[in-house]
Amino acid sequence: MLLGLLVITGLVIARMRSLFAVAMLTSIYSLLSAAVFVVLDAVDVALTEAAVGAGFSTIVMLAAVSLTTEREEAPKHRPLLPLLVVVATGAALIYGTLDMPRYGDPNAPIHQHVMPAYMQETPGDIGVPNVVTAVLASYRGYDTLGEVTVIFTAGVGVLILLVARSRRDKKENRSE
Amino acid sequence: MKSLVVLRVIAKLFFPLILIFGLYVQFHGDYGPGGGFQAGVIFATGFILYTMVFGLEAAEKVIPPDLLRVLMAVGVLIYAGVGFESLVLGGNFLEYRVLADDPVGGQHLGIALIELGVGITVAAVCIAVYYGFAERGQE
Repeated sequence: MLLGLLVITGLVIARMRSLFAVAMLTSIYSLLSAAVFVVLDAVDVALTEAAVGAGFSTIVMLAAVSLTTEREEAPKHRPLLPLLVVVATGAALIYGTLDMPRYGDPNAPIHQHVMPAYMQETPGDIGVPNVVTAVLASYRGYDTLGEVTVIFTAGVGVLILLVARSRRDKKENRSE
Repeated sequence: MKSLVVLRVIAKLFFPLILIFGLYVQFHGDYGPGGGFQAGVIFATGFILYTMVFGLEAAEKVIPPDLLRVLMAVGVLIYAGVGFESLVLGGNFLEYRVLADDPVGGQHLGIALIELGVGITVAAVCIAVYYGFAERGQE
């Protein structure tokens, strides 16, 4: 049901030419994905998707639309080759999921590798009820440090592109 | 947007609620869903709402852009600082158990501190990016 709604939203986004509507629909798409994550019991991921995907990135998209243009131009070329690539990639991905273990199968490799150790040792080792937090912040703390550095770098990059240029423009206007 | 009374009243009503929910997600991340990353975005959303309704100038009085640029770096430095602190105290990089007298307390302290670092950086980056767009939009 939710996945069906996701597919419908995706198709509508692909057909749309009004970028404002597309931004709102991607927000709905993120909200639906967040609902899917809740159904799959991944509440931490759902919260992130709802906050970042449906909230912040929609605002950034709308801001970008307001700075540029509101309508997407019709493509000048025939979309046959891209369509073929997308269909082939999609078929390969679906083929790849065929021999994946069933959802929730306790014998799946993901539940046999490091997961039992995390589940058993977190209460005694770290004493935090949310194992996701324990994994992210403690067992995999080094990775999370890398992620924060990525966010910092991305922020600096966007600021250099947006703010530094507008300041230079202002200076040039003054000197003219 | 000076004339939209309903928007202004609702925004004023929601602003503190969003910030408190952000802080709740930040400090309750050990127990429920959430953590620094989500909290930072929620916290930033409060300020973005404020900027949207009351304008960029009013928002820059609350958090100046220069302060945001400092906070962006402060968050990463808190995180890395915790790592080096645990090195100094004789553990491995980011090994929180040496931070306090008992290992579990050290883990709690370490997680709280690095989540705070994550939250500060994410919130500062989000607000700064929105400020950047708003500034360009005014021209």
